[in-house]
Amino acid sequence: MTALTAARARVRLDTRWLQDNGVYVALVAILLIDLALNPSFVSPGSLRTQLIQVVPVLIVALGMALVIGTEGIDLSVGSVMALATALLPLYLGYGVVGGVAVALGIGIAVGALNGWLVAVIGVQPIVATLALLVGGRGLANVIGGSQKDIHNTTLNHFGGGELFNIPYIVVLAAVLAALVAFLVRRTTFGRQLVAVGGNRVASQLAGLPVRRVLITVYILSGLLAAVAGVVATARLQASAPDQLGRNIELAAITAVVVGGTPLTGGRVRILGTVAGAFLMQLIQSTLISENLKDSVTQMVQAAIIIVAVYVQRSRQS
Amino acid sequence: MSSASGVPARTGQADPMTIESESGPGLGQSRREVVASTLQRRGSLVVLALTVFGASLYFDSFFTRGNLTNIALQNSFLAVVALGMTFVILTGGIDLSVGSVYALGGVVAAWGAGHNTLVAIVAPLLVCGAIGLLNGLLIERAGLPPFIVTLTTLLAARGLLLSLTQEGAKTYIIPTGSSFATIGQGTVGTLGYPIFIALALYGVGTVLLQRTAFGQTVLAIGSNEDAARLMGLPVPRTKILVYVMSSLLAAWGGMMAAAQASSGVTIVGVGLELSAISAVVIGGTLLTGGVGTTGGTLAGVLLLGVIQNIINQIGGLDSSYQAVVNGAFLVVVVVVQTFLSRRQRL
Repeated sequence: MTALTAARARVRLDTRWLQDNGVYVALVAILLIDLALNPSFVSPGSLRTQLIQVVPVLIVALGMALVIGTEGIDLSVGSVMALATALLPLYLGYGVVGGVAVALGIGIAVGALNGWLVAVIGVQPIVATLALLVGGRGLANVIGGSQKDIHNTTLNHFGGGELFNIPYIVVLAAVLAALVAFLVRRTTFGRQLVAVGGNRVASQLAGLPVRRVLITVYILSGLLAAVAGVVATARLQASAPDQLGRNIELAAITAVVVGGTPLTGGRVRILGTVAGAFLMQLIQSTLISENLKDSVTQMVQAAIIIVAVYVQRSRQS
Repeated sequence: MSSASGVPARTGQADPMTIESESGPGLGQSRREVVASTLQRRGSLVVLALTVFGASLYFDSFFTRGNLTNIALQNSFLAVVALGMTFVILTGGIDLSVGSVYALGGVVAAWGAGHNTLVAIVAPLLVCGAIGLLNGLLIERAGLPPFIVTLTTLLAARGLLLSLTQEGAKTYIIPTGSSFATIGQGTVGTLGYPIFIALALYGVGTVLLQRTAFGQTVLAIGSNEDAARLMGLPVPRTKILVYVMSSLLAAWGGMMAAAQASSGVTIVGVGLELSAISAVVIGGTLLTGGVGTTGGTLAGVLLLGVIQNIINQIGGLDSSYQAVVNGAFLVVVVVVQTFLSRRQRL
């Protein structure tokens, strides 16, 4: 009897451990696989490319992690990126600061609308943000039109430049990740966020400002998505509202879930999210570098997501 | 069509109309409640009628036989997909994979039509039915969230589609004279077969939802899944069946579209799940499940179709405006719905 309980406890402990650290194990595993299959893939230069490519997804995933922590979801992030990239060139005439401010402003506005719908009106997060996923992309196309090149030296320098051999955008992503991690771990807001995600009714009864927390979380998600839009635009040196950020909500949700943040809320793991984003990026480029077709890549990614969610699921029981 | 939406929607166990209000002057309040609940159920139909009326006044070419048949035909494919989505949403779930399944169904059907008509019909339904079964099993047996499960089958079905078509490079053509093509191209008078097929499916769907134990179980699950389980209703079987149904209907929509286009186009169906969900929500079905009608969904589909048609009539506006209008519409509908259902519950 006691042996059985002990065994059960160990299994639970192992599941728990896997949920918390599986993403790091997987990250090491994929690097080892790459090392065996294709050593040149693990060269500093190649890893640097991976880092640069993961930046937009990573920044979006940071905001997504916060939203998922409140038991919500934000499907509008890709459309926010599109809106940011559509507005940016239109206002570059006022200087980079003006253009970026307008681009970030639209992110805040969309986030506020999402937050209002979810927190005040009481619409389910999936539907509220779905409306902006549909409408936002259309609006971005109406505003921005077809793809156009951007000839702004400051912005292009930001997109391509480096600080001590590290690209600016990677530095920016690292700083943002640190800030968000600090926000979650060390501030009252972070505690409130996790509490609201863990039990909204109890938080309400305990006198927490539930509405304000929810609205802030969606605003942050919108803002971070807009930052990702600006970063991607600066890197591409072009504004492509129709394509930028398509399906990025899937990649971001995957990164968050793979990183150990449960979809049921009440827990946010920022370092895990960073590792999750990097893991999915590495898996994708490994599959591509092994000349696997797009079709197989998609199916493998789907399988990985399901396994990750399944492992996370057992937490509740 | 009118019979589908004309049947009273008094099916939900949690029908808010039966809950009497306790505050305010009795009669006035309850009348307001009736208005609220009627608006929620029939709102899409009212808006549809108003939109059609306005458009006919404004555009000479709108209320013509040719244009109206065109709207009906073009939206019969989405209508079929949205019918399956209605059942899924009524259980409180969601099916994001329908767009990919729609495309996959069309491609497999076009491939099958190269062999014979039976293969063209059976093969896509088998493949897509299996995807629906996978959705249902992962959601019900493994207890994973519908949103994530169907998101991954969205990816996987697209991947399967690409691997069947040499990464999208090959388009299967339905041979001319194939009897499969008549499913999409045949007409009665000026009305295409897809219109009748869609209407027939809505007829069956309405009966299934409102007059069978299966339909009642669907609504019970959406109202309160735990209670439904405790009452001994066949919850697992029903949930799995609903996802199989959704995939089969999505595949059938894609098959009709492929038959009409004479080929299995690989790039169709992207974002179709959003249109289907929008139509269902606009049609008055609550996303929390338990309340909604098939007739409302049909009205929602037609409303989206009419709006698109109007945007085309205006001319000079591309499909982006359609997306803006749809998104804005969805926000308004959801907000109004939330207020209406809140009023009824108070």
